[in-house]
Amino acid sequence: MGSDRRVSRRSFSRWSLAGLLLPAGACRAGVEQRGVAGTSSPPERSKVVVARDEKVRSGRSRLDEARVLDLLDRSLQALYGCDSPSEAWRRVAGLGKVIGLKVNCLAGKGASTHRVLVEAVCERLQQAGVPAKNLIVWDRLSSDLESAGFRINERGNKPRCIGNDIYGYDSELMAYGRVGSLVCNTLTRRCDAVINLPVLKDHSIAGVTIALKNFFGAIHNPNKYHLNVGDPYVADAYMLEPIRTKARLHICDAFNVQYEGGPSYLPQWSWPYNGLLVSADPVALDSIGRRIIEEKRAAEGFPSLKDQKREPTYIATAADKDHRLGIADPGRIDVVEV
Amino acid sequence: MAMTVDKTSRAPLLDQAPGDLLPAELLGRHDGGKEALPALDRRGFLKAAALPCLACGLGGAAVFIPRLQAARAKVDESRFVREARFYEKQPYKKIKCVLCPRECVIDDRERGYCGARENRGGTYYTLVHSRVCSAHIDPIEKKPFFHVYPGTTAFSIATAGCNVNCKMCQNWEISQVRPEQVRSVYLPPRELAALARQNGCKAIAYTYTEPVIFYEYMVDSADAGHAEGVKSVVVTGGYINRKPLEELCRHVDAIKVDLKAFSEKYYEEIVNGKLKPVLDGLVTIKSRGMWTEIVYLVVPTLNDGDDEFRGLAKWVKAELGPDVPVHFSRFHPEYLLKNLPPTPLKTLERAKAIADSEGLHYVYLGNVPGHPAESTYCPRCHKKIIDRVGYLVRSVHIKKGRCEFCNQEIPGVWGS
Repeated sequence: MGSDRRVSRRSFSRWSLAGLLLPAGACRAGVEQRGVAGTSSPPERSKVVVARDEKVRSGRSRLDEARVLDLLDRSLQALYGCDSPSEAWRRVAGLGKVIGLKVNCLAGKGASTHRVLVEAVCERLQQAGVPAKNLIVWDRLSSDLESAGFRINERGNKPRCIGNDIYGYDSELMAYGRVGSLVCNTLTRRCDAVINLPVLKDHSIAGVTIALKNFFGAIHNPNKYHLNVGDPYVADAYMLEPIRTKARLHICDAFNVQYEGGPSYLPQWSWPYNGLLVSADPVALDSIGRRIIEEKRAAEGFPSLKDQKREPTYIATAADKDHRLGIADPGRIDVVEV
Repeated sequence: MAMTVDKTSRAPLLDQAPGDLLPAELLGRHDGGKEALPALDRRGFLKAAALPCLACGLGGAAVFIPRLQAARAKVDESRFVREARFYEKQPYKKIKCVLCPRECVIDDRERGYCGARENRGGTYYTLVHSRVCSAHIDPIEKKPFFHVYPGTTAFSIATAGCNVNCKMCQNWEISQVRPEQVRSVYLPPRELAALARQNGCKAIAYTYTEPVIFYEYMVDSADAGHAEGVKSVVVTGGYINRKPLEELCRHVDAIKVDLKAFSEKYYEEIVNGKLKPVLDGLVTIKSRGMWTEIVYLVVPTLNDGDDEFRGLAKWVKAELGPDVPVHFSRFHPEYLLKNLPPTPLKTLERAKAIADSEGLHYVYLGNVPGHPAESTYCPRCHKKIIDRVGYLVRSVHIKKGRCEFCNQEIPGVWGS
């Protein structure tokens, strides 16, 4: 993956000034939210930031890099309640020494995590003090990454970009509920923390595939877990210790939303939503993402996912007492639009 | 999955084979030898070291096998890829696989439940043709076939993947993975058949994982084997649709079915499949005149009730006839069922007693070396007509398919 792009002048000035003016730790208290799996007292409420920019495209479909950076900055600032984006990014940079970026590239260009977004995240993390070599962009297969426009890189002073087929899987079988899987070495051995970068998509079997299901790309046998609309498999897989403890932030690429026909890319049902969904709670993010897809489907005359017998019930399962991965009830989710 | 029946029939864990059994080009790594193998930890080393010894002790000759790997080097996978059979094209580049009862509907660039078949642009492909991840020369009794060429060997092979996910699978490291996640070699049908013949094997056995998922390769290899005078035997969970099964019966010589339980609940919770298609498949196999044997792995507390044993025996007798052998096999804790103990011998003997009392003629016990119920007895004169200890056949008293002592016809595939 290329990492040598420069920050725009405007962006750089804003970034630098903010960093100078605000001391570290200036974020408002009470906004730290993350996956709450395994904790005995999940938060009362969760927050999902929905950031949109109708002008994010510089051309017909090309994303404007500066505007993507700006969207990211606003999102993180809103999520953490900081007074500046630089402080928010410091929080993100503090998640771990080596940070993985789990993208979703199975569908190739059109319905995968945009490279521009990933580069923007890498850029901000480097500016916040994370060495480039401590950033690992990863997905299931190197060929998937390449088909989405990423360049495989294992060395040098650049962010790593690799598929699980390169680093392989841990030899210890991990199990929770109905899932028994090997987890990829990238997650178990190389990353201290993971920023999840899923895509907002309809899924022909599981209803939707957003933040929770993106970690099917961390296990060796996802094909086994699409039974029963993915319920409870998606939630169970997320409970595997390396996933549950290391996935700390979810930045959902919603520049294009595949609201029907997913997870493949079918342009006739791809909606330029021009936005990001950001949360520390993958369940809340999925709940809001699902709502966005359902509303668009209804507007376009498609039946609901429930009527199509593919309601993503795994989202509620992820919030139940056996999982406690976050909050699924929309009434307990604060949606912050920026 | 086929190999859940027999602790000792676990696929051998070797990295490479003795060079005297396979040509060098088959033993060579498919990446041209550039691949850096992941380091073995102590446990892995001991496992790798012990299993070949086990295999040799059982009379088998280890050939090669894989372990989960990170395939670092670029591999030419195109030679393993063939258009799959038994699928239907659907709108928007989707396909529906109709090979097995699961009937996966698969989007472009996705795979089916088995992990071995992939939709590429609306065309469905098998990824495992000639992609052998495990091979071994086994006594045919190890499959187990007790009424098929006793005392002979079978050139036993597998490719990665399976269309169910049994919680007690002892070969999950190859059955529950994708083809690219294990080391494999290219072994096209003609070379496989030639190897089987050169090594004196009576048959090729499609086993260890689930041969239904490498259907195309199995059928091609069976044909190639017959051209070399080598038979083909299938070890399967029987989770396959009627049409491909009927066609398979035209190509192979015997099919052993792992009947995992006699309840839908067990199939749903432990196997991740359904019972009825397996029963239907057994009836189909029988109706085609194909020799079949049944293995029932007895798992403590899960499928070991008297009613279940009786129901199974009654069904076999009524639908397949009393001459179909049934093997009650001992479970050992594996994979996701490590919390259960091995099957008590008394439970196995109870199962046999019930099946005997229901009128089945050939009821065996498996994974209990030295037990009298490993041997075959004439249902008429009750004399021992095949004496077995473990996989060793000590004597056979069957001539031209009949008991040497009383001339009772003994069903099976005995050959000359």
